[in-house]
Amino acid sequence: MELIQQLVNGISLGSIYALIALGYTMVYGIVKLINFAHGDVFMVGSFVGFYSITVLHLPFIVSLILSMAVCAVFGVLIERIAYKPLRNATRIAALITAIGVSLLIEYGFIYVRGAQPEAYPGDVLPEHAVHIFGAKINSQSLLILGVSVALMIILQFIVHKTKIGKAMRAVSFDAEAARLMGINVDRTISATFAIGSALAGAAGVVFGVYYIKIEPLMGVIPGLKAFVAAVLGGIGIIPGAMVGGLLLGVIESLVSAFGYSLWRDGAAFIVLILILIFLPSGLFGKYKREKV
Amino acid sequence: MLKVEDINVYYGNIQALDDISLEIHEGEIVTLIGANGAGKSTLLKTVSGLLKPKQGKILYEGKPINGKAAQTIVKQGISHVPEGRRVFANMTVEENLQLGAFLRKDKEGIKQDLERVYELFPRLLERLKQQAGTLSGGEQQMLAMGRALMARPRLLLLDEPSMGLAPLLVKTIFRIIEEINKAGTTILLVEQNANLALSIANRAYVVETGRIVLSGDAAELTSSEQVKMAYLGGH
Repeated sequence: MELIQQLVNGISLGSIYALIALGYTMVYGIVKLINFAHGDVFMVGSFVGFYSITVLHLPFIVSLILSMAVCAVFGVLIERIAYKPLRNATRIAALITAIGVSLLIEYGFIYVRGAQPEAYPGDVLPEHAVHIFGAKINSQSLLILGVSVALMIILQFIVHKTKIGKAMRAVSFDAEAARLMGINVDRTISATFAIGSALAGAAGVVFGVYYIKIEPLMGVIPGLKAFVAAVLGGIGIIPGAMVGGLLLGVIESLVSAFGYSLWRDGAAFIVLILILIFLPSGLFGKYKREKV
Repeated sequence: MLKVEDINVYYGNIQALDDISLEIHEGEIVTLIGANGAGKSTLLKTVSGLLKPKQGKILYEGKPINGKAAQTIVKQGISHVPEGRRVFANMTVEENLQLGAFLRKDKEGIKQDLERVYELFPRLLERLKQQAGTLSGGEQQMLAMGRALMARPRLLLLDEPSMGLAPLLVKTIFRIIEEINKAGTTILLVEQNANLALSIANRAYVVETGRIVLSGDAAELTSSEQVKMAYLGGH
């Protein structure tokens, strides 16, 4: 029964990874850039959630939406200011810029508000034990899972059924052909950053509610792990990020469950190394041989 | 309808188009013929706004469109079917056609145009829910043309519609091009198969290394010795 509990924990953690991984993968899909500042958007989202709950006394759902909105704007600003001028530059230049933006957000944030951690109040969501198949499961994990799944369903709807979603898929497949359809590529890229960042903001609030402690450098490790999740599923592929995130969360929990909790963080990177060696295009990616 | 005046286009330092001028009147089929790398596709891309000319003017219905964004040009009624078809392979046939009408809001008109595209290309109707990447080359060409028509263009730019297709299919495609033209769409056709292109065109321009070297009535050019030698496989 311990195992089922661990699995549920793993899925909850994994759904947070998945929410962050979606932003990585969507942005990569459309501009072929690993946005290393994405983990910091997650951090900012967590703090926006914290302040709206503790200072503005807003309920959970409103705080979640507020945080998503702030992060969406923040993500678009990052893209406009830092990445757009480099649209035609080499990919390494954009990548280095992304790392620079990440450091700027982290230490800029510390400069403005200080490095001290904060604690989410414990009563944001009702907490009681739910018994399923004899396992005791924290109701919060189920709520978090519910929020994540709902957001992923909304995302699928946006990507497949709306005009902006179709534009996003068209631009990521062939930007020039998309322009010939009359699609505004710049605006589509902004929308992608907005949606990806909003999901990271949501992940930040959910993370705070679940793990309580937040601090300005909290985005680094989850950001890297979500990146691993995105690669695991196949970078650029949306369902891949969801599955990759969940899988990574479960793997980490199982590693802890078997008594190797010190190896937890290492497990993610072992997964990354194995994936890069044996399945470089990820679980959902089609392996493309380089044409010579 | 379209007037190109002395445009120069560069890729970096390499000049691709050198003082090209041409004119297309409403209702015509005009073809550009010439060898690989002569600059035909570059010219189409410049008209549709994918490339910006360094010098020169492009007038569409009397108003300059050179240097305007591609989406503005689509909105004004010029659609471009690019070389190699460039359908969105990861999307269904239906979604591809919807993207063609991306800038339009008139639901009724879009519906009518979809019907018209299905009439022109019944094959597409059979394959609506299929991923575009699974279509044959000919079907992809039909989809690319259908997609362009969904913008309800007044001027259609076609880049190598016969490329890589079986002769029978090429015939079908060219018959449909004539049909589209008869229904009122002006056509600028780039084609390596000069015989075929001249057979349906009203007028033609011959492009060599970024310049127009010859132009005139399609029938006249077909019988000109120079064109026969260079492009029609004559001896």
